[in-house]
Amino acid sequence: MQAFLDTFDIFLLEAIVNGILLGGVLALLALGLNLIFGVIDVTWICYAELVMIGMYGMYYMVQVFGLPYWVAAPFAILLVAALGAALHYIVIAPLLTAPPINQLLATGGVLFILQSFATVAFGIDFRNLGIRLPVLAIGEMHFSYSRLLAFAAALIGMLAIYFFMKRTYTGTAIRAVAQDRQIMSLMGVDTKRIYLITSALGGALAGLAACLLVLQYDVHPFVGLSFGPITFLICVLGGLGNFVGGFIAAFVFAQIISLGGLYSDLEWGYVLAFAFFIVMMFIRPAGLFARRS
Amino acid sequence: MLELKSIDAGYGSFQALFGINLEVKAGEAVGVIGPNGAGKTTLMRVISGLIRPTRGAIAMEAHDVLATPAHRIVDLGIAHVPENRRLFPRLTVDDNLKMGAYMPGARAKYAERLEFVFDLFPRMKERRSQMAGTLSGGEQQMCAIGRALMSDPKLLLLDEPSAGLAPVVVQQVFELVKRIRASGLTVLIVEQNVQQVLKVVDRAYLLEAGTIRASGTSEEMMSTDTIKQAYLGV
Repeated sequence: MQAFLDTFDIFLLEAIVNGILLGGVLALLALGLNLIFGVIDVTWICYAELVMIGMYGMYYMVQVFGLPYWVAAPFAILLVAALGAALHYIVIAPLLTAPPINQLLATGGVLFILQSFATVAFGIDFRNLGIRLPVLAIGEMHFSYSRLLAFAAALIGMLAIYFFMKRTYTGTAIRAVAQDRQIMSLMGVDTKRIYLITSALGGALAGLAACLLVLQYDVHPFVGLSFGPITFLICVLGGLGNFVGGFIAAFVFAQIISLGGLYSDLEWGYVLAFAFFIVMMFIRPAGLFARRS
Repeated sequence: MLELKSIDAGYGSFQALFGINLEVKAGEAVGVIGPNGAGKTTLMRVISGLIRPTRGAIAMEAHDVLATPAHRIVDLGIAHVPENRRLFPRLTVDDNLKMGAYMPGARAKYAERLEFVFDLFPRMKERRSQMAGTLSGGEQQMCAIGRALMSDPKLLLLDEPSAGLAPVVVQQVFELVKRIRASGLTVLIVEQNVQQVLKVVDRAYLLEAGTIRASGTSEEMMSTDTIKQAYLGV
């Protein structure tokens, strides 16, 4: 093992593994956004802000009310799922037939409402759970357990969604609505109900991401900005609404950020990722894995 | 079984149907024939709730169809095979059939209905894990009819089942319709292929410009001069 590690650049290997770990959480976020877009045909600009609310939920349950992390996490997921359903019911449903720009503006408005609400309600202080997980050392490489846990939980979350979509009647109906919504009533499917369930699922994924991210990052009202934009880039690069494309694009971006951060600062990793995105938009404007029609 | 009374319907300011009266009795096969744009598809969509009429009444057995939410109409025993089949192209044949059995009542009978559909269309069993969009035209029609049959309907609405199919396949589709009739289902079928459809139905209505111009048994319709000249080319 040691000999094998010696032949490699330890830091390079560490950066690659950390990139993969980051990719898991990004893929989870991208799946949530893609699910909403693919089925309801609406982009939730405020998706990362739902994650922010979930992170605050975790903070209050763990730090203020003293609940153990494992007890608080399911509640946080439920909270954000309910928030997703409410977002659909209150904001999206009345605008379903409106032009896309109106829907974008409306969810953009929700973004500012949530940020301002968080600022007023929680203040602008950076908060954290006060949980420090140990670091796993393999040779001279170091991986934090919080990242390993996040990666594993994100994979399990995505697998759960996969089986739900494949095996259940509701999951099959969600996939069917994405292909032909007009005839769904002929199948006995209430499209409104499917949209509500899909929104709750999208919210639940944001809630799961919140539980995982709150172990690694401090919460503040603008924390959504650190992963909201990158999630959109991932979805667009993978092809909006394309689940597999989003999954792969998440890992591509995560590697660029991680490796860019290795050779320079982490910020440069993001610069590289955005530059890569702009170039790709010229080469493949419909996304890496655009379906040929 | 199904009764339409003075139905007016349309899209926005455009009116497509004018005072339609139509009846289908249990066990019958009834055809609606007429030229393109006569309102045949609109008629089907009104019955299955895809659009709502502006006037009139529809009764299915003892139930008021117009008082039933669109997604519950399939529960009354009405299954609609829409124009152009409208399968979910990127779902497998199995998943398409599963969607047909979405209603709680149908889910309970899923295995039994699936066997019934596979008995009727053995080809669907061979293709079950294939994407519906990759099926041939005739197979897609089988899948669309199979999907409708999964809900265990009493009345099957078929909208232009022969449209867009090769002549040989058209023959096969009408054979299918005969087999479905033989299984005891009531069928309401809309067709431009007048010659073929009159061979499989008991009675027919002639729909022109949104009104019913004539009706009668298949033999009567075939011997009517206007139909002979305009639709049968004799």
